Amino acid sequence: MSSEPKFGDYGGQYVPEALMPAVEELTDAYERYVLKNEDGFVDEFRRRLADFGGRPTPLQRADALSERYDREIYLKREDLLHGGAHKLNNALGQVLLAKYMGKDRIVAETGAGQHGTATAMAAAHLDIDCEIYMGRTDINRQRPNVFRMRIHDAAVNPVEMGSGTLKEAINETMRDWATNVEDTHYVIGSIVGPHPFPQMVRDFQSVISEEAREQIREKAGRLPDSVVACAGGGSNTMGAFHEFVDDEAVDLYAVEAGGSGLTIDEENDLAPHSASLSAGEEGVLHGARTKLLQNPDGQILESHSVSAGLDYSGVGPELAHLVDDDRVTPVNVGDDAALEAFHRLSKLEGIIPALESSHALAYLERAARSVADGSSGEQSEPGDDSADELGDLVVVNVSGRGDKDLDTVIEESDARDIDAAPSMEVFNGGE
Amino acid sequence: MASEIEAAFDDDPALISYVAAGDPDAESTKEYVRALVRGGADIVELGLPFSEPIAEGSTIQGAIRRALEAGMTPQTYLDLVADLDVDVPLVCMTYYNLIYQYGDDRGVEPFVAAAAEAGIAGLIVPDLPVDESDPLKEACDAHGLDLIFMVAPTTTDDRLDRMLARASGFVYVQGRLGTTGARSDVSDETHVSLDRLDAADLPKAVGFGISEREHAREIVAGGADGVIVGSAFVDIVASQENVADRLEAKARELKAGAVEGAEKVPEPERT
Repeated sequence: MSSEPKFGDYGGQYVPEALMPAVEELTDAYERYVLKNEDGFVDEFRRRLADFGGRPTPLQRADALSERYDREIYLKREDLLHGGAHKLNNALGQVLLAKYMGKDRIVAETGAGQHGTATAMAAAHLDIDCEIYMGRTDINRQRPNVFRMRIHDAAVNPVEMGSGTLKEAINETMRDWATNVEDTHYVIGSIVGPHPFPQMVRDFQSVISEEAREQIREKAGRLPDSVVACAGGGSNTMGAFHEFVDDEAVDLYAVEAGGSGLTIDEENDLAPHSASLSAGEEGVLHGARTKLLQNPDGQILESHSVSAGLDYSGVGPELAHLVDDDRVTPVNVGDDAALEAFHRLSKLEGIIPALESSHALAYLERAARSVADGSSGEQSEPGDDSADELGDLVVVNVSGRGDKDLDTVIEESDARDIDAAPSMEVFNGGE
Repeated sequence: MASEIEAAFDDDPALISYVAAGDPDAESTKEYVRALVRGGADIVELGLPFSEPIAEGSTIQGAIRRALEAGMTPQTYLDLVADLDVDVPLVCMTYYNLIYQYGDDRGVEPFVAAAAEAGIAGLIVPDLPVDESDPLKEACDAHGLDLIFMVAPTTTDDRLDRMLARASGFVYVQGRLGTTGARSDVSDETHVSLDRLDAADLPKAVGFGISEREHAREIVAGGADGVIVGSAFVDIVASQENVADRLEAKARELKAGAVEGAEKVPEPERT
């Protein structure tokens, strides 16, 4: 087995020459250890995912949602993976690979802090030095994850440039890697970056769909009609889709962050959303050719989402390719719908989903509900939104748990008058 | 036949000076470029600012941010270049996405054609390794531009051969790992890289970290045909104090260092 640097026209290796030897070294290590299981790498990875990570995660029938939408809804519970999100699948794989490669230092970027936390956990578990780059804005809105990284003894380096979110954190981590490339491995957090990262991260994450495919056949006796997952960079998305890509009867929905609408503020080079698959144009960013939020000159736009983990101007090249191929359908839901879905799942199913995952659940509400009650959903995309396409048996990937988002959710729900939000009056009064 | 850029190395060691176009505005950039040329710059590398400059250290990141905030775009950049009436080759340093998006149709050809028309003599694209460079190389050849490749301390022999097979103008020797930015010494990596490039047909210019006359002298004495200086000039631009005169003086100082390096008989300083 070997690896292919491109997905159709997407992908490639657009990085400074100083990094190319490291990228080539990594490609070689990926092919040997991950694809060919040299020195039993894959066996050790799987063993640690089970013992340290808690895999397999359950595929749970969501009883209340199934009733609400009048179809069978199953939740892939990646929120139950150690650390509370799917991120550990990749972080553990890459940190272990760094050890096999003889590297003695790990750097990683983080947006919401989930990848940074997962990397810090994996680095502590495997005893390797770890430094995380995180934008200033994200540090301020994801404090609990900053504490967790520090508690695992990872250094957290604030990135002050630009909007202080994921894009700037990736830039700064690439600069660190270019400086310390000889002893350092860059644990990239999504299916982005130069080859082999998009393919390798997908392989580490595809355990999600490998399990889900088997579990749904066991529980429902057949493959699902559709799989729904949120998409920022796209690692949980491809993780949830990969093993279903060849099952042509299974529809794959990538739910992007519609933010406050799919418009562009040209004055300020700002996109009030993070929907690169729905609204982006082909370009080159962070090592790969993919779909990007950019202005007509090619300057990258600042993206937005209430969910820090989806707030990125690019997307994995493989997803861009699968969308062009009509294999994956890109849809999007806005901030408000995601907040509603957050509260809905918490109340109906007793599961607090990450704001990222809430986007997938919000799409379910829009697509399934509009058929169930005959109404059409808000913020519809013309053409690609028929609920019939979701079918009778749906798997939704709950990519992470929402404990990290509580501050944001309480604040934003109040500011936006979200109907489903509970009152927090209990805090009023007293002395 | 040697290109205009290659010929700039003919008489004595070349000073290649960088500023970010549009920092703080287009008119100032023209004045600064003229000052650099008066001070002895043989080639001017004019940065076309991109929003995600992953190869730059904090000094040049700041310049790029100021230029973007002041409204510099690929089109105003090319207008600026067309207006510049200096007698040295101009090299455009930018990132691949801006080249790729220019014009109505996506692809590298429209930008290269427009750059040639405006008077750009060569391109440096730090996020375009040799592996992905075929389309841009082809367009540069068609329009008479040099495509300049960067050789890093980590570059393997195999990669070096591939680069030299398609490089023109000069070889950009990255003096150290990391990002651009002024440093207080000349790295050992610089000497190793220059030794490896001894047999190359093209002039060799060293960049990343050079800010003093003494650095320029040492690097040229070590076998370089030129030095590339960016952050030291950008710092002067950022200070907003007497910028043109100080740029000219700094260029003169660095050029003098480079010339001294060529006069000095290289000593076998290392074993």
